[in-house]
Amino acid sequence: MAKGSIVAGCLAPHPPHLVYAENPEQNEPVSEGGWEQLRWGYERLRESLKDVDYDVIVVLSPHWQTYVGTHFIGVEKCVSKSVDPVFPNLFRFNYDLTIDVELARAIHDQAKSEGMSVKMMENPDFRVDYGTIVSCQMVRPEWDKPIVSISSNRSLSYYSVEVMQEMMMELGRSTAKAIEASGKKCLLLASNSLSHRHFVTETKPPEDMSKEHIASHAMHLWDMRIIEMMRQGKSQQIIDEMPEFCDQAIAEADGGALTWLLSALDVPKQPATLHGYGTIIGTGNAIMEWPCHSWGDES
Amino acid sequence: MSGEVIKSLIVPAHPHPVLCPEKNEGWQRVRDAYDEARRQIEESDADLIIVYSTLWPSVIGHQIQADPNPKWVMVDADFHDLGSIHYSLRIDSEFAHAWNEANIARGLESRTVAYDGFPVDVGSVVALELLNPNNRIPAVICSTNVYSNRAETTVLAKACQDVIKAQGKKVVAVSVMSLSNRMFTEAIEPHEDRIHSLKDDEWNQKILEFLSEGRLEDIGQLSRTIHDQIRVKKVVTFKPMWWLSAMNDNRNDLTGKVLAYEAIHGAGAAVVVLDPESNGTGDKEYDEDDVDFYGGDRHVLDSSSEDEPQSSINSGPKLHEPVEGKNTVNTSKAPKPVGAYPHARREGDLLYLSGVGPRQPGDNSIPGGPIKDSAGNPLNYDIKAQTKAVVDNISRILEEAGSSLDKVIDVTSFLVDMDRDFSGYNEVWAQTLGKVGPTRTTLAIRALPTPIAVEMKVIAKV
Repeated sequence: MAKGSIVAGCLAPHPPHLVYAENPEQNEPVSEGGWEQLRWGYERLRESLKDVDYDVIVVLSPHWQTYVGTHFIGVEKCVSKSVDPVFPNLFRFNYDLTIDVELARAIHDQAKSEGMSVKMMENPDFRVDYGTIVSCQMVRPEWDKPIVSISSNRSLSYYSVEVMQEMMMELGRSTAKAIEASGKKCLLLASNSLSHRHFVTETKPPEDMSKEHIASHAMHLWDMRIIEMMRQGKSQQIIDEMPEFCDQAIAEADGGALTWLLSALDVPKQPATLHGYGTIIGTGNAIMEWPCHSWGDES
Repeated sequence: MSGEVIKSLIVPAHPHPVLCPEKNEGWQRVRDAYDEARRQIEESDADLIIVYSTLWPSVIGHQIQADPNPKWVMVDADFHDLGSIHYSLRIDSEFAHAWNEANIARGLESRTVAYDGFPVDVGSVVALELLNPNNRIPAVICSTNVYSNRAETTVLAKACQDVIKAQGKKVVAVSVMSLSNRMFTEAIEPHEDRIHSLKDDEWNQKILEFLSEGRLEDIGQLSRTIHDQIRVKKVVTFKPMWWLSAMNDNRNDLTGKVLAYEAIHGAGAAVVVLDPESNGTGDKEYDEDDVDFYGGDRHVLDSSSEDEPQSSINSGPKLHEPVEGKNTVNTSKAPKPVGAYPHARREGDLLYLSGVGPRQPGDNSIPGGPIKDSAGNPLNYDIKAQTKAVVDNISRILEEAGSSLDKVIDVTSFLVDMDRDFSGYNEVWAQTLGKVGPTRTTLAIRALPTPIAVEMKVIAKV
């Protein structure tokens, strides 16, 4: 069996506003559009991935929050409705997705062998979180690839950003090892925004773009700094600055997804491609791609 | 018809007491305590349960469940292996909508939710499953705002009280929360469960000692300290005691009883009942304002400040800068006029004040609450608070003119509801201007330009 590989890693933010604005048939609310800068960014990402061959999407979402270790969905068919408890007016999505339970369990087992606290989620009534669904819908709206859904262990809340990073670095290494052993080609998605200070009021209609902007100048500076580091391949510097970023930008990277992704990609020195940046109710969101499939063996 | 909070409860959120109490003696004791609380509710004349859940975070203000019958299957994000809870709840939609309106009238961002498939949070599901099986009485569920501070949370409770009184409800107020909330970060066997650390246990014991003495407001005052000491900084912070204390008029002399205190996966799980009967403890100290209206960070979408914040706090006429001219007296410490006139005018050694209401300078809020919402629906309000605010505004204008309250010589008062308000107005008068002794005339009128209940016209000596 050939070695499995990660064909690309993406930062794929999940605000439900993006799906709401796209008006897919699975989502109940109807919009007039909005957030085009980001939606066109996702369009560019999809175009970039169009000819890339892969078997599975592996996604880590901060909206499946677990405090007792890292969890993996272990139910093959998930069919239900996901309603965002924060923005139920925007996101009520009827989903029908397939889980690659075999790969999920392989990552689970690998992480467990490395001493991590992990657990398979095998309750058929479990509802998939909206972060996972939004990121997957925006990257692959055909839903023709199975996914691996990984929870966000809130170790930053329990311990510190350093402990969170240590755990997510290990989870990233375990993910890469399990993928390599599986023989599968995988697309990895870190489902998170950058700066994460929300507005606490909502426009009428929510897609009124005349009121959309970054929450503060400081948040903008942090977003640009992190994006520029990604564009320059300075992954290690991102990890090094993660404590300040999480603290000062209230960054959603606190959920560990970005650290996990960079670790799974072996802390790449190659530049990432910026497909789009935009704000959503004040938060900063970037769509980034690390196109590993094009790097060859020199990496 | 007089509504009131007849019982308050603090209950844990984890699903263990519903799904597997038999696996651990402590979990069973929590279940038994839940059952005892349920019996107490059944034996009372409660006709509404109001749940403030720390497990339902919100960003756009507070959200209130208004679906008359939300139903789905709840699976806990961490403890999914324990099983599923099928829920079908009975919600008092009318109360939910009224609370939402009352929130908005008090300056809060707020909205109702009523969507098929909405994921009612695990804490609310557990609490209502055990306290109100078969939906014997209706319930209302409110979220915890991620960014809300003490002022906002306090005003949320006061708005809730407005509706309780207006609708004459007998209410059980429920805060769904852990005490210490640090869980074990690895799977444990049920028999291994204990409070995560001695420090957490000691803090929990101290909290329960306060609560057993009915000292709810003291716990509210200590909330930030408690959060720093024994709370993992999850999505929401330790706000439920602010809400519950304000629901009980910030009292410190309730009658408290701890029905259970156990560990659930390391977190502090307590069932506490607080009844309104005074136990005589009573001592309390406020270190923060007892706010009636929220005027905080709620207009971040608007780069222009021209229409904020009074437009959302109170509907009413456009505000004007006070007219400047010879002998006029104006101050930024008094509310802006609703027409082209000054705050006061000096003629000889006399000061003639324009009609003074209770609106606050700066945010235009109305202490004691507006008498109606923006749609014209009547609201409950506190005439004493409004009257006191009027006197304070008069005092500020007089001071600007070099005069003072004790130089007032004649007052004409206007009340929009003489039958309802004269007594309360008269009581505050006696404590303030009544001690000065000006002549007074009190008139009943149909309305005032802003949603206030009282205004005074004053003549004073310089």
